[in-house]
Amino acid sequence: MTQSNRIDAGGRVDRSQVLEFTFNGQRYQGFKGDTLASALLANGVNIVNRSFKYSRARGIVAAGAEEPNAVVQLGARADTQVPNVRATQQGLYNGLVARSTNGWPNVQRDVMSWVGRLGGGFMPPGFYYKTFMAPASMWMTYEKYIRMGAGLGRAPTESDPDIYDHMHHHCDVMVIGAGPAGLAAALAAARAGARVILCDEQEEMGGSLLDSRETLDGVAATRWVEQTLKELAGLANVTLLPRTTANGYHDHNFVTLHERRTEHLADTARAAGFSGQSRARLHRVRAGQVVLASGTHERPLVYANNDLPGNMLAGAVSNYIRRYAVVPGNRLVLSTSNDHAYRAALDWQEAGRKVVAIVDARANPDGDLVRQARDSGIRVITNSAVIEARGHQRVTGARVSAVDLERFVVTGKVDELECDTIATSGGYSPVVHLSSHTGTRPQWDEALLGFVPGKVKGMISAGGVAGQFDLGETLADGARAGRQAAQERGFSGAQDIALPATRTRRESPACALYQVPHEKSALRAPKQFVDLQNDVTAAGIEVATREGFESIEHVKRYTALGFGTDQGKLGNINGMAIAARCLDRSIPEVGTTVFRPNYTPVTFGAIVGRHCGELFDPKRYTALHQWHVENGAEFEDVGQWKRPWYFPRTVNGKKETLHEAVNRECLAVREGVGILDASTLGKIDIQGPDAREFLGRVYTNKWAQLAPGRVRYGLMCKDDGMLMDDGTTSCLGDNHFLMTTTTGGAAGVLEWLELWHQTEWPELQVYFNSVTDHWATMTVTGPDARKLLSELTDMDLDRESFKFMDWRDATVAEVPARIFRISFTGELAFEINVQANYALHVWKKLFEHGEKYNLTPYGTETMHVLRAEKGLIIVGQDTDGSVTPEDLGMQWAIGYDKPFPWIGKRALSRPDTLRGDRKQFVGLKPKDPNVVLEEGAQIVFDGKQSIPMDMKGHVTSSYYSASLKHGFALAVVMGGRDRMGQTVYIPMTDGTVYEAEIVSPVFIDPKGERQHV
Amino acid sequence: MFHIFCPYCQEHREEEEFHARGQAHLMRPADPDNTSDEEWGDYLFFRNNPRGIHHEMWVHSVGCRKFFNITRNTVTYDILETYPMGEQPTITADSEKLRKEQGVQTADGGWQTVGAQPESKALNEETSS
Ligand SMILES: [Zn+2]
Repeated sequence: MTQSNRIDAGGRVDRSQVLEFTFNGQRYQGFKGDTLASALLANGVNIVNRSFKYSRARGIVAAGAEEPNAVVQLGARADTQVPNVRATQQGLYNGLVARSTNGWPNVQRDVMSWVGRLGGGFMPPGFYYKTFMAPASMWMTYEKYIRMGAGLGRAPTESDPDIYDHMHHHCDVMVIGAGPAGLAAALAAARAGARVILCDEQEEMGGSLLDSRETLDGVAATRWVEQTLKELAGLANVTLLPRTTANGYHDHNFVTLHERRTEHLADTARAAGFSGQSRARLHRVRAGQVVLASGTHERPLVYANNDLPGNMLAGAVSNYIRRYAVVPGNRLVLSTSNDHAYRAALDWQEAGRKVVAIVDARANPDGDLVRQARDSGIRVITNSAVIEARGHQRVTGARVSAVDLERFVVTGKVDELECDTIATSGGYSPVVHLSSHTGTRPQWDEALLGFVPGKVKGMISAGGVAGQFDLGETLADGARAGRQAAQERGFSGAQDIALPATRTRRESPACALYQVPHEKSALRAPKQFVDLQNDVTAAGIEVATREGFESIEHVKRYTALGFGTDQGKLGNINGMAIAARCLDRSIPEVGTTVFRPNYTPVTFGAIVGRHCGELFDPKRYTALHQWHVENGAEFEDVGQWKRPWYFPRTVNGKKETLHEAVNRECLAVREGVGILDASTLGKIDIQGPDAREFLGRVYTNKWAQLAPGRVRYGLMCKDDGMLMDDGTTSCLGDNHFLMTTTTGGAAGVLEWLELWHQTEWPELQVYFNSVTDHWATMTVTGPDARKLLSELTDMDLDRESFKFMDWRDATVAEVPARIFRISFTGELAFEINVQANYALHVWKKLFEHGEKYNLTPYGTETMHVLRAEKGLIIVGQDTDGSVTPEDLGMQWAIGYDKPFPWIGKRALSRPDTLRGDRKQFVGLKPKDPNVVLEEGAQIVFDGKQSIPMDMKGHVTSSYYSASLKHGFALAVVMGGRDRMGQTVYIPMTDGTVYEAEIVSPVFIDPKGERQHV
Repeated sequence: MFHIFCPYCQEHREEEEFHARGQAHLMRPADPDNTSDEEWGDYLFFRNNPRGIHHEMWVHSVGCRKFFNITRNTVTYDILETYPMGEQPTITADSEKLRKEQGVQTADGGWQTVGAQPESKALNEETSS
């Protein structure tokens, strides 16, 4: 197909660079400098999508971010798919492949169109609202058809081949938008010496100047754009970011920018010749001042069949002609409420095609552009509007009539004009989106017939977005904003910059026109679309107001107005105007809309940046990690730590399962000697003359008598009496302690200690420091532990001189060490701490000497089984923030008679914590020795009760014990301690009901003799 | 994302470096053993949730590890002051009310405000797009 709509001269495309592309399987050609949209229009492609709800044919309407219809799925390969790309914002490249987002199986002949022909009976206004209010099954019924028929973009099915990154910036002045106001602002601020970032969402900077009929200093406006960009590019204090959308404006002048770096060149960065570089980038900018120069979006008029391909915005028509040398039709009818839109007709005529008529809703338009049109021989019909478009898959005519806007009626005879394009303009809406991201509300400006940004601290709006539509005033406004922003940042030398001379035009005032009246009522006339992307009609809004939805926010939820990926950029104000008319109120009385980030869709890649794959979350390794890897460990994530889970061996050519390995490891510890890498335990060094007093306040038990060389287990509660962490603390000296915490709780406990010290007891002289990574911890445990360790240390390990809960300085394998005689297995145990970088040496020495004792490395799973056999809790597994030390039966660790009211004490005497039927910590012995209960399973007292059963507790830990040769569990059960020996029931989802006996949680060595040997 | 001035580090840092730790100036009863259940319950569980000026405790958790207080407007998200532990705020809901009553022009209320005084009932509704 040839580029039938391309004209020979003009435009900013490079006709020497022909680019091939494919749309919906059809091959086309365009030029370098095209967008996908301009190239499609050049090739006369009318239909780019099927509408979401009615499956109506839709064409390109706009030329920028506001485009509601031309939303495509981009990408030639399964791994390069990008959904929700606006063709108007996609630079054309050779080999580009795009498909319509909606319109299965094809846009020309859509099987979903039966939905449309049912006249909307399938999804009437209020469909979503009513469907979601109904039982969920309603939505389930509709969903699959809706999703299948009207796709919302497809996620890629393979991994993205590209990389993305983030950049962080601080700047004095962040200028958003590089049109006339933004360029002038950037120039003024930059010349004053401020650090400036200028971003613009389009392929080229220049904004409206790129398709302007105006001259600056007597020459084409684009000349001034080139000069200005050249100067800015040469300044060291300026960063220019073209193809970069300011997508979010957050608290305290934090702006997020989405830069598309290679997406205009090829499918992937590599294909674009940028191997190893990012495809897109998210800039995170903390700006001193923001100059918002985001311009305006033209408002389309709302009339019957205004969604037929061939209905376009007047400004978009000018844009395609002047910037891309594409005339999107042959015969134009322009319907307008203002002078500015006349440019479209003049541009159309100059491109050599026929302007059938300009239909102006005003009685006596008389501005310079109006005169120019009349002088050029264009027919101007006043007091009138296009009330309906005719045609099937493309506009073939426009029905035009005189209208009375006050009474909202058609007053004259209806004329039908033959045409293939209807351009409309109902005025210009400032692009207030970013300003409203901050929470401020746009303010209605009656003179402007639009919302302007509310006041935002640290932001100055300039140009079109501030309601300046005259080019000269826009430039001056931008320069003033840039100067003021620089001054706010302390660049007092900011001076006026020389601005190019502009022509002043006489303009006749615009009239307020949103929905155009029709001979029939809105409900009976052909559909008049307000939100093209979501198929919201004027009739739908009228119905909503009749059903009592009076606030625009309710109307929006009822009709889905503005809920598309375009956030209703074109439709929202028309929708508000229609609701206001129906309710007989003013637009600001009906409400305003608050836009949310992001302004346009952002790819997940840019949001994620490098935080994926290996870099998704930091990993922490112990000093012994490499040994674990080499010895075949399976790993478990504990917080960010990688901990050995178990060490499977290969027996008779078969690798052990988890359970086989754990059974073997458990027996090795109970019968011989095992070793655990416990380096991940949190370690906090506590020093100061008040350290001991402080410990007494944050732990439930007593610390006053703990002598140097001794260790004590402590419980830490919150002030609500609930257990938050546990661990041992060793007295290193009178003013010096070493606290251990759970692996996952380390950071939280340190902050907890700081909190109480800094906020409640600043008078205490005590200091905390994390030493978790400084020390490696090796737990040698089992009946043979003493024999093994004695081969590597001169220290006297005798049970009398080195008692249970003692610690000593020693050397192990000639390395200075601290040895702690504490046990988490119930067996004789020594925890050897050495400086982390000596750990591997010591570990290997232990294995050299341990071979004859069959020294067995074990992981977290075996550690869990061994401690559970002893009834030792794991905070966060056996507790959940609602368990007190009393509930755990740990009264021995509560110092009620300590002088200071320690954290948690008072709450332990609240009525709720004293209840006798609280869930208490017990052991469970399943009646069937082969049963291992499910952790988390609920416990009931009556196994035959009908559902819903009375839940009396739950299983917290459950394992098979190789030593006991049966399954066992730990649990919390209401009043459990008084129910020893009783039978409870554990019903499962498959109908099985397990029986178990309530027993002591200590299953092995209840007297605790083994750890004292 | 907030930009927070740490009164100890004496500079603005990104919110990512801080943790919010709830309402500021909570007093732990001095003699818990002789505090009624109700008073203890109030201390443990009940917090203010004002619309407007609020005092919060934050910690510069991956910075200097110091706790400090923030006076923040919960409508505009404007941070009006930050001050070290043990000090009292210079700006409170009462002080702002007094300033208004005396006709003193107050600060515009922050980074985001102005729409905070809606012109109509409809404008007052929390909305999203
Ligand atoms: Zn700090």
